[in-house]
Amino acid sequence: MTAHIGKPLDRVDGPLKVTGQAQYAGEFAVPGLTYGVAVNSTLAKGRILALDVDAAKAVPGVVDVLSHLNRPRMAAYDESYTDMDSADGAPFRPLFNDRVLYSGQPLALVVAETFEAARYAATLVGVRYAQEPHQTDIHRQAPHDAPAELPKPRGDADEAFARAAVKVEAAYSSPVEHHNPMEPHASTVVYQPDGGLTIYDKTQSAVNTLEFVSHIFGLADGDARVLSPFVGGAFGSGLRPQYQVVLAVMAALHLKRSVRVTLTRQQMFTFGHRPQTLQRLKLGADQKGHLEAVIHEVLGETSRFEDFTEHVAEWSGALYHCDNVRLAYQLAALDVYTPLDMRAPGAVLGIYALECALDELAVATGVDPVQLRIDNFSPVNQNEGKPYSSKQLLACYQQGAERFGWSQRNPQPRSMREGHQLIGWGMASGAWEAMLMPASAKATLAIDGSLVVASATADIGTGTYTVMTQIAGETLGLPMDKVTFKLGDTSLPKAPLEGGSFTVSSVGTAVQQACQALIKTLLETAQKDDDSPLAGATPDDVECVDGCLRLKADPARSLTFTDIVRQSGSPSLEAQADAKPEAERDKYATGSHAAVFVEVKVDEALGTVQVSRVVSAIAAGRVVNPKTAENQILGGVVWGIGMALQEETQLDHHLGRFMNHSLAEYHIPVQADIQDLQVIFVEEHDRIVNPLGSKGVGEIGIVGVAAAIANAVYHATGKRVRDLPITLDKLL
Amino acid sequence: MSATSPTAGAGLPAAHSISLTLNGQPRRLEVQPWTTLLDLLREQLQLTGSKKGCDHGQCGACTVLVNGKRINACLSLAVMQDGAEITTVEGLAEDGRLHPLQQAFIERDAFQCGYCTSGQLCSAVGLANEGRAHSRDEIRELMSGNLCRCGAYTNILAAIEDALPACREGGRS
Amino acid sequence: MTPFAYARARQVDEALALRAGHPEARFIAGGTNLLDLMKENVARPGMLIDITGLPLHDVETTADGGLRIGALVSNADLAYHPEVERRYPLLAQAILAGASPQLRNMASTGGNLLQRTRCYYFYDAGVPCNKREPGSGCPARDGLNRIHAILGASDQCIAVHPSDMCVALAALEATVEVAGPAGRRVIDFADFHRLPGDQPQRDNTLEDDELIVAITLPARGFARHHAYLKVRDRASYAFALVSVAAALEREADGRIAEARLALGGVAHKPWRDPRAEDLLRGQPCNAESFGRAADALLQGAQGFAHNDFKIELARRAIVRALEQAASQEGTP
Repeated sequence: MTAHIGKPLDRVDGPLKVTGQAQYAGEFAVPGLTYGVAVNSTLAKGRILALDVDAAKAVPGVVDVLSHLNRPRMAAYDESYTDMDSADGAPFRPLFNDRVLYSGQPLALVVAETFEAARYAATLVGVRYAQEPHQTDIHRQAPHDAPAELPKPRGDADEAFARAAVKVEAAYSSPVEHHNPMEPHASTVVYQPDGGLTIYDKTQSAVNTLEFVSHIFGLADGDARVLSPFVGGAFGSGLRPQYQVVLAVMAALHLKRSVRVTLTRQQMFTFGHRPQTLQRLKLGADQKGHLEAVIHEVLGETSRFEDFTEHVAEWSGALYHCDNVRLAYQLAALDVYTPLDMRAPGAVLGIYALECALDELAVATGVDPVQLRIDNFSPVNQNEGKPYSSKQLLACYQQGAERFGWSQRNPQPRSMREGHQLIGWGMASGAWEAMLMPASAKATLAIDGSLVVASATADIGTGTYTVMTQIAGETLGLPMDKVTFKLGDTSLPKAPLEGGSFTVSSVGTAVQQACQALIKTLLETAQKDDDSPLAGATPDDVECVDGCLRLKADPARSLTFTDIVRQSGSPSLEAQADAKPEAERDKYATGSHAAVFVEVKVDEALGTVQVSRVVSAIAAGRVVNPKTAENQILGGVVWGIGMALQEETQLDHHLGRFMNHSLAEYHIPVQADIQDLQVIFVEEHDRIVNPLGSKGVGEIGIVGVAAAIANAVYHATGKRVRDLPITLDKLL
Repeated sequence: MSATSPTAGAGLPAAHSISLTLNGQPRRLEVQPWTTLLDLLREQLQLTGSKKGCDHGQCGACTVLVNGKRINACLSLAVMQDGAEITTVEGLAEDGRLHPLQQAFIERDAFQCGYCTSGQLCSAVGLANEGRAHSRDEIRELMSGNLCRCGAYTNILAAIEDALPACREGGRS
Repeated sequence: MTPFAYARARQVDEALALRAGHPEARFIAGGTNLLDLMKENVARPGMLIDITGLPLHDVETTADGGLRIGALVSNADLAYHPEVERRYPLLAQAILAGASPQLRNMASTGGNLLQRTRCYYFYDAGVPCNKREPGSGCPARDGLNRIHAILGASDQCIAVHPSDMCVALAALEATVEVAGPAGRRVIDFADFHRLPGDQPQRDNTLEDDELIVAITLPARGFARHHAYLKVRDRASYAFALVSVAAALEREADGRIAEARLALGGVAHKPWRDPRAEDLLRGQPCNAESFGRAADALLQGAQGFAHNDFKIELARRAIVRALEQAASQEGTP
């Protein structure tokens, strides 16, 4: 058998990436290419009174300056600007009119024959504003209820909290964060001689980009094609088409020329971000720590034009058993861009607060933090009133604790030290949804026996190319090098957004089903010949081994794929599958889970924190590729370290502007911050979640990490810092 | 006064002619004074392996080797590289054979999205040439000029540890 | 980035002559900060004079046993120079605590002195800044000032100098040799950088038409007792919130014979106060004497809200650095 699933195989796109041959959206060479550089607003709210573009246009090489005054026709209605990840409200329309909605908003696009000319000319565009008062401070804006469907309250949480023997009540805050993938957002729009557009875009869904720009600019089917073969990281920033693709398409249509727009790193802070949150947790428990009341109130930030919502509080009603739960979610609308899904959106925030509060409960009750969580384990998602299809969280606690050496922990804070360093151990649980989306894939077998499988999904570094190749190769019994997976192209069968950790499950299922359908096609083709060795066999009777279709019961009755394709008279045989979630799934709650154990070293005098050791035990169903999956979890842990200790986009409320908009001042972890990280994949079998039994690993690795670090910092220092990030000034 | 010969441009300061060796090939190029080495590579020579992650020396994605030393190509003017020997990620493999670091990066899965990878590789070659990293912590510190937002640091470290002995033996740049 | 002309100079006089004929010109060597600022439209020179070909690449021992460092020696070459490693390890440590290996390979010794502040407002041409546009205002005073000065600030500017190397050079009492149209002159390190006062646009006392040609270290290198302690928001590749260069010489009985103390990340220049060092001389090495020196060095320190913590942090860092310097020989 050719078994690929479960094997730690090297990435199939590895050789391209290590030789610099993988091409990203802003890297496609086009004859006669022009370069667009955006001019961004310097104030947060107002109107544009005048744009002075004369000096810019006088720069040699400048082709034009586009703005709301001279742009080509664009759709007016909000509906045309919605996309596959839209929030409620009126989506942002770049260069639409004279309104300034946030600081950093693109107001004009300078297009020139060279990048340098466009960059220079952009500095010469003068903007005269009518300034209006802005508000960017979440503390100074009256909130409104979020348009989100929260689980209904169950029991009477306030009453149960009031009479609980042990109470924890605490407020937690988290700052604005920006995705900052290494590749800035970029789009290269190739203007074809027939007026058609080929758009290379940095996106988590080529389909999303195509539909979006088609609606805005009134493009007909076939007028444009979007390609996105490689994406230099996204983490959610590519879930919505960003303004660079609108500007690039706009300029290409206006000028009838090819245009590239690449955002600067500074401009990467001028669209969506993880919203700032203020959270209040109330936990009531008996003396042994059994939860009797959970109240979780969330205030998130949003823009004036859209209500961004995510699942922040839900987790507090799902992760543990509790019969009295009340969840609340409000938004404060500010003069900023709409927040945007960012790695494990919502969960990473809500579970941070919940898991810190649980640590406070462990301290209050004297129950070990792991035991407390075991005691409150729930095999049922009480929000939904459904059992989990699988939830090997107890195994995560057990295996993680064992690897970490948790049993050696002295619960007393400040009980371990090494010279100037206080050492602390902390832990937390993590959770994420295991979703399944409709997806399509096509499998094509050529006469030489090679297989091409295709779906318009994306690989943002997650390993989609590799994992889909494994699934297809295994299903058709082919070695990896006989299989090619194609993605990131709107001419391919539709796929959902690449996000939410549902790509392996959704697209993987489609790939598997397309390959199974292809087997059926092969069998039917083979059986057209009355003398076929496979005559009379059903699909269940056959298997694919080494490029042959053969009878399970009698392997000698076999045909090569090549023979079957030749017999068909076509150069290839193909099959497509449109996979959908099965009804059986509706009876269950589905999710991935984690237990994260952290050791920190805190300099007692200087407040600096080093995360010296992390063990992350993950239950995410079947792991298709342990090598790429482990990498995902490691990355999630690094993100958790950044979230806990470093990341914060700072807003100057006088100016209404993010100010640390660079990679020098917006800190993300560097190599020296990362010490010993270990990942355990706990065995978890799940036939319900999808036919592959796989739950996805893109998000689960980050969830819980910040809380585990905060809890470890408390254990080290005795200080409970409830405001992220835990920078050294908060520990002095 | 100037070692290069300016040529006339329309209303803008003059372009300059430079010679350099790029991935082993001698090249003679006309460059504007304000074109960075990185923009020269990416936009004019279509060598897009060197990446632009920040354009300000704050991420390391543009790291290339100049005369065997690692630098940030985004903060270097092309016109100032006259006479230099430059190696980019496209020049690391020899005769179709991957550099030991490239091979180790694949085997250790030392990347995800791949956008920082070229810079990590060139930086690691520079690190090997410098000969200053003798422990894990020293590699960590001396590779901290290369951000990886995917967070593949653990695997990057492992790959470099694996490949350093072969780099020393090979003495390749 | 504004277009500019480019010229190359081979000799110091040639560079100075070019500069004299082009008031719009700036010198460029490593370019790591200048190009950074030009891309942000903060610096807009009309011409760059490439001085990398000037014969200023040598490190030589001086007649009185000091070390003369050519202005074009790269930060990396300087940190790893055998004489610096052996005799001035404090300087090597400070250099290696800054930037990244790539930047250290590019940046020159002279250029390191001329680094400009990392103040967010200075770097963002879309907002006011007195240093960038005199008279436009200082949003940092009432804005985001976590990374700003606690010493020597003015109403007009609360920015800090970002260099690590300069903190060590201040402690080591280096001198700066500059060449200008009127010939050469030597500036004491303490007088090279300046406080913002009412001219925050001026970082230092170098005249526009002058060129740094060398940095000279006196013979005394504090190789036995020294420490460079850098406190920052991540383990590497970040600017200092507070840094301390501490250097001691000790008597046979352990008392302090000579002391040097300089702070980075707290002022518009490396912060040094001889009175703090005087307090250490003749004292035993203990928390008390170190604390007194720290208090003296931080006298008059004032926060602006977000950076209030730096005062206590600096005090603790000074004590820690002095402890490290006192207790350890060679590298701390």
